Amino acid sequence: MRFGIVVFPGSNCEQDCLYSTRFLGEEAEYVWHGDTELGHFDCVILPGGFSYGDYLRTGAVARFSPVMGAVGRFAEAGGLVIGICNGFQILCEAGLLPGALMRNTSLKFICREVPLRVERTGTPFTRLCAEGDILRIPINHNEGNYSAPPDVLERMRANGQVVLRYSDEDGVVRPGSAPNGAMDNIAGIVNEAGNVFGLMPHPERVVDPLLGGTDGALIFRSIVESVTAGVGVRS
Amino acid sequence: MAEVHVYVTPKAGVLDPQGAVVQKALADLGYSGVDEVRIGKFITLEVADGPDLAARVDEMCKRLLANTVIEDYRFEVIE
Repeated sequence: MRFGIVVFPGSNCEQDCLYSTRFLGEEAEYVWHGDTELGHFDCVILPGGFSYGDYLRTGAVARFSPVMGAVGRFAEAGGLVIGICNGFQILCEAGLLPGALMRNTSLKFICREVPLRVERTGTPFTRLCAEGDILRIPINHNEGNYSAPPDVLERMRANGQVVLRYSDEDGVVRPGSAPNGAMDNIAGIVNEAGNVFGLMPHPERVVDPLLGGTDGALIFRSIVESVTAGVGVRS
Repeated sequence: MAEVHVYVTPKAGVLDPQGAVVQKALADLGYSGVDEVRIGKFITLEVADGPDLAARVDEMCKRLLANTVIEDYRFEVIE
């Protein structure tokens, strides 16, 4: 299958995404943010970084990049989209995912591996996971504090849109488990249709075992299996 | 051309840890009696004038200048 990795001015995790998807044996190409059309892809990745220098708000400007029209249409048609870190922020700003990512409550930039509890397995992104699985994946951000109005949060919970939560080291999610203060310890969510996934942690950094972990591979391999099984569309 | 001042502020009820830190810093500096600090953005625009100026600026605020999930905005046209 083919992954399309969008590169915005200021993106800096696209190379890791390319490396990791190809490491798993899949095809991957970059997509320039200025292109108005997507090539032929089974999954679009919005990678991490500091698009447009995080000017105004993280992801606020990138969401208007020319390519985002095509990404929106792809998502509308059921295509699989995964937004990682800055990519998650861009998806929220673009309205492809609910809520917003705010400044970490500690006001500190946090860069470390964290335990994440898989809350929902019936998505193309967690197909290979079991509920309650703990994935160890690094976070690297200053604005990872997920926030949404109470009624939106309620609806998301009811729809099973919360996919990953920060947990304590023992794998239990408690108030305050999220190192960044995220509401309800939310680390990753999907849209209602379940084809657009946003997460603050960086799965692309734990695919090659050389880097000390492989839990991120579960997410990418879930995508591959889902596409192979016919989930999603090709752009 | 018209000069427009836009104020973007965190919505009431939204946690503002920066504001909390500044409030504490003010207290540490000896300024008691500061109950709450909220930090927002002040943006100035030089915009082509016209009868639809306010409507246009309002759109700019909704679409780009403010994230209406977590921020409020207001603006004034400076004479």
